[in-house]
Amino acid sequence: MTTEMNAGTQNPVYVTDALIAEDIDAYLLKHQHKTMLRFITCGSVDDGKSTLIGRLLYDTKMIFEDQLASLEKDSKAVGTQGGEIDFALLVDGLAAEREQGITIDVAYRFFATEKRKFIVADTPGHEQYTRNMVTGASTADLAVILIDARQGVLTQTRRHSYLVQLLGIRNVVLAINKMDLVGYSQERFYEIVKDYSHFAKQIGMEAFLPIPISGLKGDNIATKSHEMSWYQGPTLLQHLEEAPINDTRMLDQSFRMAVQWVNRPNLDFRGFAGQIGAGVVRPGDAIRVLPSGKTTTVKSIPTFDGDLDQAIAGQSVTLTFADEIDCSRGDVIVQADAPCEVADQFEATVVWMDEHAMLPGRPYLLKIGTQTVTATVTEPKYEVNVNTLEHLASKTLGLNAIGVVNISTDRAIPFEAYATNPDLGGFILIDRMTNATVAAGMIHFALRRSQNIHWQAVDVNREAHAALKNQKARVVWFTGLSGSGKSTIANLVEKKLHALGKHTFLLDGDNVRHGLNRDLGFTDADRVENIRRVGEVAKLMTDAGLIVLTAFISPFRSERRMVRDLMAPGEFMEVWVNTPLEVAEARDVKGLYKKARSGQLKNFTGIDSPYEAPELAELTVNTVELTAEEAAERIVQAILAG
Amino acid sequence: MTTSSATAGISQATLTHLQRLEAESIHIMREVVANAENPVMLYSVGKDSACMLHLAKKAFYPAPPPFPLLHVDTTWKFRAMYDLRDKAAKDAGMDLIVHHNPEALEKGINPFDHGPLHTDMWKTEGLKQALTKYDFDVAFGGARRDEEKSRAKERVFSFRSANHRWDPKNQRPELWKLYNTRKSKGESIRVFPISNWTELDIWQYIHLEGIEIVPLYFSEPRPTVERNGLLLMVDDERFPLLPGETPEMRSIRFRTLGCYPLTGAVESNARTLPEVIQEMLLTTTSERQGRAIDHDQSASMEKKKQEGYF
Repeated sequence: MTTEMNAGTQNPVYVTDALIAEDIDAYLLKHQHKTMLRFITCGSVDDGKSTLIGRLLYDTKMIFEDQLASLEKDSKAVGTQGGEIDFALLVDGLAAEREQGITIDVAYRFFATEKRKFIVADTPGHEQYTRNMVTGASTADLAVILIDARQGVLTQTRRHSYLVQLLGIRNVVLAINKMDLVGYSQERFYEIVKDYSHFAKQIGMEAFLPIPISGLKGDNIATKSHEMSWYQGPTLLQHLEEAPINDTRMLDQSFRMAVQWVNRPNLDFRGFAGQIGAGVVRPGDAIRVLPSGKTTTVKSIPTFDGDLDQAIAGQSVTLTFADEIDCSRGDVIVQADAPCEVADQFEATVVWMDEHAMLPGRPYLLKIGTQTVTATVTEPKYEVNVNTLEHLASKTLGLNAIGVVNISTDRAIPFEAYATNPDLGGFILIDRMTNATVAAGMIHFALRRSQNIHWQAVDVNREAHAALKNQKARVVWFTGLSGSGKSTIANLVEKKLHALGKHTFLLDGDNVRHGLNRDLGFTDADRVENIRRVGEVAKLMTDAGLIVLTAFISPFRSERRMVRDLMAPGEFMEVWVNTPLEVAEARDVKGLYKKARSGQLKNFTGIDSPYEAPELAELTVNTVELTAEEAAERIVQAILAG
Repeated sequence: MTTSSATAGISQATLTHLQRLEAESIHIMREVVANAENPVMLYSVGKDSACMLHLAKKAFYPAPPPFPLLHVDTTWKFRAMYDLRDKAAKDAGMDLIVHHNPEALEKGINPFDHGPLHTDMWKTEGLKQALTKYDFDVAFGGARRDEEKSRAKERVFSFRSANHRWDPKNQRPELWKLYNTRKSKGESIRVFPISNWTELDIWQYIHLEGIEIVPLYFSEPRPTVERNGLLLMVDDERFPLLPGETPEMRSIRFRTLGCYPLTGAVESNARTLPEVIQEMLLTTTSERQGRAIDHDQSASMEKKKQEGYF
C-alpha cells in the first residue's frame, strides 16, 4: 500500500527517523525541542479538505495498521473513491456525519513530523457553519485555504479568506487542490493565483503562499510532485514546519498577564496565577495592576521545579509581588511603564453564534481575558455580507451573521485591540438565562466618549431627596400578561399610597408608548429597548426620591433583571401579577387577544411571543384568588414594610 | 532518566510543544478552580491520569491541588494499580475518594459473566452515582482527542444534562482560551485538560518529568492466557480458566490499563521508559486496540459517551 501511494517519491525527511531504532535516548533529546503549530483548514466538502487531512496523517505515519485496515474496509463499503482508499473517512467522526457524508462540527486532529507537532482544526465550509470555522480559526497560527483547481476562486473562498483575515491569522496558504484533474496545468495554477491576489488585496491580506497540490495523489503534500516540476516552492508540509507561531509574535510586546486565580495556601504566600499573554517577565520588573493602576515589582516566579529567572508569552505561571497590593481574578498585570488602555465602551466586530438573534440593549455577559462583566450591544452599525463583503443596514444579527457594533460594559476593563493582542481583545458573549455562548467578538478600539462622559457630581443627592419626602425610594415593577390586571392593581396601589402621603409616580406601558417610546414596535428587540428606557426613567425618579410604580408586560427575565441591576440593592420590588392565560384571554379588556388569535396582531405575548415567568419576584399576586382591592392592599403593606 | 523539567530555565525564545501543552492544561485547570463550586479529578491510575495529576500539582503549586481525586473502581483493576493509586494521592497531599457501585457489588457484576454490563454498571453508572452523591459540579477527566474519533469533536468543557447525558449536537463553541464555565441548574461539566495531548506527548512528558507510573507499563514475565485474540494477564485467583487453558509466562506489558480481564497486553521486551517509547514509535497498531470496550459496536464510544461514560 505504502509503496504504491508514494511510488518512490518518498522524501527522506519524512521516513521514520532511524534514531528511533538506533538510539532512542538521542531521539528523545532531539524531540524535546519540537515546536507546535496550530492551523485550520478551510474548504467545503467538494474541495477535498478531509482527503487532505487524511493524507497528511497518512504521510506522517499517524495511521496505524488497524486503522488502515478498518479504513480499507470502510472505503469499500461507504467510500466515495470507487473502492480506493477514501482518506476523508479517517476524519469524519460522529456517526451522524458519517451517514450524511459531511463534517458538521469542529474536530481536532494531531500529527507530528521530526520538527513540529501539529494540531489541525478541521471545520466545515458551508455558510451555515461560519461559527464553527470562526471557532477553529480563533486558536490557529496558520490557515490553509483550499481551492478546487477546476472551480477556481469561488464565493466560499472569499468567505473563508475574509474570516481568516477577521480572526487575525497572518499566515495563509492557498492550497490549489485537485491539480491532477486539470492535468497539473501551470497556466491554470497561475490564473487562480492571479484571481486570488486581486481579492486578497481587497480584504487587506498582506501575503499568502500558493501551493499546487493533489490531496488524493499526494503531490506537494509531504513530497515534491514529479508531475509539477515547474513548481519550485516548498511542499505543504515543509511550509507548515517553518511558518512562524503566534507566541513568537507576542514575545516582542510589552508584558501582559490576566490574573486567573489568586493562590493563597497560607498567610505567608500570595501568588497571582495566569497565562502570560505577551512579553517577558523577570523578578525585579516594575509592574502595574489594571484597572486599579497600583504598582509594585515582581518578587519571584515560583514553580513546582524551583523559581524561574524569567517567563515568556504562552507560559502559565505564578507571580509574587514585593508589596501587598490589591489584585484579583480579572485584573491584568502589565509592564508598569507600558500599560494597556482601560475603557467601558468599544467598537467591535461580532460574530453571532446563537439561534436566537442578538437583542440590542439586552444585557449579556462578556468574558474577556479572565474577567466576566455585564455588557450591552447597540444596533449594528452595519452587517457584513460574508460572501460579497458589502455592508448592509441591519437592526440585529442572526445566527452566523457578522457585524460591527458598539459595546458598553458595566465597568471599565483593561483591553487591547484584537489585532495587537488577541488575548486582551477577543471576547465572547454569554446569554444570562440560557448560559449559551452566543457570540464571539473582536475589539477594534475604545470609543472616545467613554473617556469624555463624566458623572456630574450633585450636592443634593438621592438620599436627600428621599429624606425630604420622608420615604424610601422604590421601584415596584408589575409584570404579567396583557389583561392580567397590572394597570388596575398598580392604579389602586398608587391611590392608597397617595392617601398615606407618599410621593409616587405610575409609569404605564400604554402611556409610555404614546410618547417616550413611540418609535418602538413589538419585536423582541423593540421590547428590550422599551424596557431599557423605562428602567432608566424609573432610576432617575428613584434618584428624585419617588416611589415608582410600573405596569409593563415586560415578558423577558433578562430585561427585568437588567432593571433590577440598575437600582440600589433592596430598592427593586418585582410583583408578578399571576393570571393564567385562559383567564386573561377570557377577560380580554382591550379586545387584543381576539385580534391576536385571528392573526391581526403579531408578536402578542402569550399567543405568538413568549412570557417568561419571574423566578425572583418579591411578591406574587394571584388575581383568580384575590380581588384587585385585596391584591393592592397586600402590595401596599409590602412596600411600607420594606 | 533525565530529571530536567519541561518548564525549568527557559532560555530559548520559543516554547516547545510540551511546554505549550503544559501551559494550556494548567490554564484550563485554573479556570475550573476559579469558577467551580465543587470540582473533582477523576483518577483512573493510568498514564494519562498520572500526567493530569502531575499537571495539577504544577498548576496550584505551592498549594496542593484544591480538589479531591475520585476513583470509580470496578474491583477488577490490576493489583499494581491499587498500590500506585493510594501512594499517588498521598504524595500529592490530596483526598482520595473511592466509589464502588453498590448495586454492581451486590450482584457480583464481573467482566467474565456480564460482558458490556460490567462497564455499564461499574463505570458508567458508578460514575454518575459518585458525581451525584458528592454533588460535584465539575469533574476533570484524562481523555484525549487523539484516542477516538468522537473524542476529536468533544469540547474541553463538555456539558452534561442533569441525568449526565452528552449531546454532541448541542456543544458550546470554544473560542481562543475563553471557556464559558456557566452551567444551568442540575448541569455538570466534564473538563478534559489534556484534550490536545497525543499518546506520544504523554510518554515524552512522563519521561521528561520523571512521573511515576504503574509498573505494568514496563515489560516483565507475567502469567497470561490468550483469548479472543487478546493477551490477558491472570492477575489474581478470580480469573476463571477455560478448559484447556493454562497460564503461560510471557514477557508482556500494557499500553493502556483498565480492568485486567478486559485489557489486552502486548508481548514486548521494553523494560525502560525510553524502550517503551521506542516500541510505541515503531509500533503499527493504535492504542485503544487493546481495549475490548471499543469493539462492541461501530460508533460505540460516541454512544457510551451520550449515556454518561467518561
